[in-house]
Amino acid sequence: MFKGRSTVKKFIIYGLISISLIIADYQFDQMQRIRAWLSLAVTPVQWLVDVPQRSWTWLDERLQVRDELIAENKQLRAQTLLAERRVQKLAALTVENFRLRDLLNSSEQLDEKVIVTELIGINSDPFIHQVIINNGFNSGAFVGQPVLDATGVMGQVTSTSAFTSRVLLITDADHAIPVQVNRNSLRSVAYGLGQYDYLELQDLSDTADIEVGDVLVSSGLGLRFPKGYPVARVIEVRHMPGKDFAKVLAKPTAQLDRSRHLLLIETPQQQNVFQQEGN
Amino acid sequence: MIAPRSHNLWVPIVTLLVAFMLSALPMPEWVQWGWPEWVLVVFLYWVIALPHRFGLGWAFILGLLLDLLQGNHIGVNALAMVVVTFFSMLMYRRLRMYRSWQQAFVVFFLVAINQCISYWFQGIGSNASSGLWFLLPAPISGLLWLWLFVVLRGIRRAFKVA
Repeated sequence: MFKGRSTVKKFIIYGLISISLIIADYQFDQMQRIRAWLSLAVTPVQWLVDVPQRSWTWLDERLQVRDELIAENKQLRAQTLLAERRVQKLAALTVENFRLRDLLNSSEQLDEKVIVTELIGINSDPFIHQVIINNGFNSGAFVGQPVLDATGVMGQVTSTSAFTSRVLLITDADHAIPVQVNRNSLRSVAYGLGQYDYLELQDLSDTADIEVGDVLVSSGLGLRFPKGYPVARVIEVRHMPGKDFAKVLAKPTAQLDRSRHLLLIETPQQQNVFQQEGN
Repeated sequence: MIAPRSHNLWVPIVTLLVAFMLSALPMPEWVQWGWPEWVLVVFLYWVIALPHRFGLGWAFILGLLLDLLQGNHIGVNALAMVVVTFFSMLMYRRLRMYRSWQQAFVVFFLVAINQCISYWFQGIGSNASSGLWFLLPAPISGLLWLWLFVVLRGIRRAFKVA
């Protein structure tokens, strides 16, 4: 049967191509660039999937009752007032911080540039914690860029195409972020476990000073995430007799499975680091 | 038939596009675990119905697109789709004779093979482990087949896809 034999031949050829693609993807960094251009092919699908959500928001905004709008407006004004009060205090504190840093002769911390971006898709594979945002390298996103939401660190950009980027969340099983305990600056690394509710600190000794309720902030070590943003809150510290390391679980403060508006952070220092890496 | 035959190949392509959209739809986490492999199941129907049009080349391209859409390592889904399509091409004549629940059973096995391949190759070097839950889409895709087969056959006959 001639047709059967050509099917087998084709099967072997396509199988070998696939396997070599997988190996190339694991081995070579150049695949990033190829992927960036190939991803353009699936961008329309990502946009189409987001259409119902977007049109619902659009409709909802236009059909809202006047009273509701007025109430919402009032509430937002109140919130702004509260936020402004805090910002006033913050200005004074920032100045004080600069003065103290001057006294200590330490380098100044520059304010980071922020791009607001919107989530347009999430990965449907439960083993991969990734979201897709509607900023690509055309609007300034770059690989390695930290991503935050209103309440904490979300993750980092792992690949960009012209109009969209993929963000790996901090809870992905492949992700780890350097953190420190806000209370006493104890340093550690928070690993993702592939579950939306947990991060794990694997390298704290049994006697380390860490308690349930401690806030973990990004430590800035590793030069990827800027210093001082909240990452997670410790929810369980388990001391196991006979083990050298304690088992510490923390819950991310960012709303990883809810936030729709995200922030892309850009520090000048980081931009340089990644450009050097690229060269 | 004397009238010029049109193959209406755009119909399967539209159904595949819809399958892509369904597979990329954002879902709550517990639904994601059991979300059927839409693209694979729809494509399997077209392979069994029109094996002279849809073969390994299509499987490879669709798998690549799925990899790009899901952010997998490039080639993982392509390999899985090619393997599963190869099996179904070997036995499409037998499959056509089966009753629909027997077909659903075969689809269950094919999707399970697909899941194993993509799970193994995707999981190299990561520390995720959640038992055998990654196989959950297989029985659900099998159940989906019972319904999808009727729908797609209706579409194929209505549009005279050949």
